[in-house]
Amino acid sequence: MAALRSTSRLVASSKPLFRPAVFARSYATVEAAAQDPNPSEAPRTKTFHVYRWNPDQPTEKPKMQSYSLDLNKTGPMMLDALIRIKNEMDPTLTFRRSCREGICGSCAMNIDGVNTLACLCRIPTDTAKESRIYPLPHTYVVKDLVPDLTQFYKQYKSIKPYLQRDTKTEDGLEFRQSPEDRKKLDGLYECILCACCSTSCPSYWWNSEEYLGPAILLQSYRWLADSRDEKTAERKHALDNSMSVYRCHTILNCSRTCPKGLNPARAIAEIKKLMASH
Amino acid sequence: MISQKVAQQSLRRLAVQQPYAMRWSLMNSASPAAVAMGRFMQTRQAATSSNTSDPTKLLAQQRLNRPVSPHLTIYRPQITWIGSSLHRISGVALSGSLYLYATAYLASPLLGWHLESASVAAAFAALPIVAKVLLKGVMALPFTYHCFNGVRHLVWDLGKGITNQQVIRSGWTVVGLSVISALALAFL
Repeated sequence: MAALRSTSRLVASSKPLFRPAVFARSYATVEAAAQDPNPSEAPRTKTFHVYRWNPDQPTEKPKMQSYSLDLNKTGPMMLDALIRIKNEMDPTLTFRRSCREGICGSCAMNIDGVNTLACLCRIPTDTAKESRIYPLPHTYVVKDLVPDLTQFYKQYKSIKPYLQRDTKTEDGLEFRQSPEDRKKLDGLYECILCACCSTSCPSYWWNSEEYLGPAILLQSYRWLADSRDEKTAERKHALDNSMSVYRCHTILNCSRTCPKGLNPARAIAEIKKLMASH
Repeated sequence: MISQKVAQQSLRRLAVQQPYAMRWSLMNSASPAAVAMGRFMQTRQAATSSNTSDPTKLLAQQRLNRPVSPHLTIYRPQITWIGSSLHRISGVALSGSLYLYATAYLASPLLGWHLESASVAAAFAALPIVAKVLLKGVMALPFTYHCFNGVRHLVWDLGKGITNQQVIRSGWTVVGLSVISALALAFL
């Protein structure tokens, strides 16, 4: 498998064929992309304005720093641009990233005014327009694009995001579910807790101390909707106050911004219906 | 595959035993390997801290100074949140003006104001036509917008119409309907 891949790489590239086997393995690096630019193309320089704040100089105000990149030498996604800036221009630029395929939720940030995952966000090819990158809105900034999500995770913990039941199944095997009941969890279990939706919600901006926010409420509904969970009444009771759920004013920024295409607003509407029905 | 493994193992062993030799030998070689071997290990030009004796204290100090990231001013204007804030503003304006007028109406006999319907209508009739239309339009638009958008909220509370496409479509429909009906009311 590895041999196959390296052979095809060698044929495709114009590099010497007899490189040692270790070196033949390809890594996704920015330099690899930089080595095969299309020479006929004129450079497409795009400017990125990135929010900077350094905790070591706490008296200095946050500022926007500009970087210009040639898009011909940059990968297609915003994360590629950020990684390239960090590797080649400014190693002090700080941001979270891990999987680069929209499954870890680390690189959530505000790009061109909308919260999204940098790894799933294409760089707009219009070079005349400059891109602006901020950390998730109304969060405490740890450094540059890294937000403090402590409160977010505490809130997640508070909804007890795990299966709770006292009774065992009759045959002592796993807790089974009908296909219909399983279907109710579609669109809920896919949430990666990137906090894009919660930090896009103006209501969460003003009330994040007590209001749970769309991401956590979607998770909350995921356990309320689970046919195997037996603590539905307790879960509903925990939400039964003026702040936890009802600070949702159906602004619907959450569903609009979700990089995974989920619908937290619908989940909150279903919670409100559940709460009204008991 | 096996040869690759053997080569990797020997390189690793070399790296452990003679790290400097390793670094020099790889200094000018192909970049993917250099990346894998840590030649591209990033150096921190700015030290994050010179005092690492008490990290929790440092953390607490940093927490005191953390700025709040920008929000309202940088978020892209979208029909979702702009529409919602207009709903809130129009609601406050409508109920506020009602309370103001009703209180003034109650107090008018004491203060000697004339706020009865007949005198208000007469005062309004005396205005030029442009002022009439403008005034009526300014009063009508928050009312129509708040009413139509209120219907939208009632539908959402039934758990319906909350997909992105439906929300955007119904949002612009409400804007269109409220502008048209406000104009109709203004020219009535």
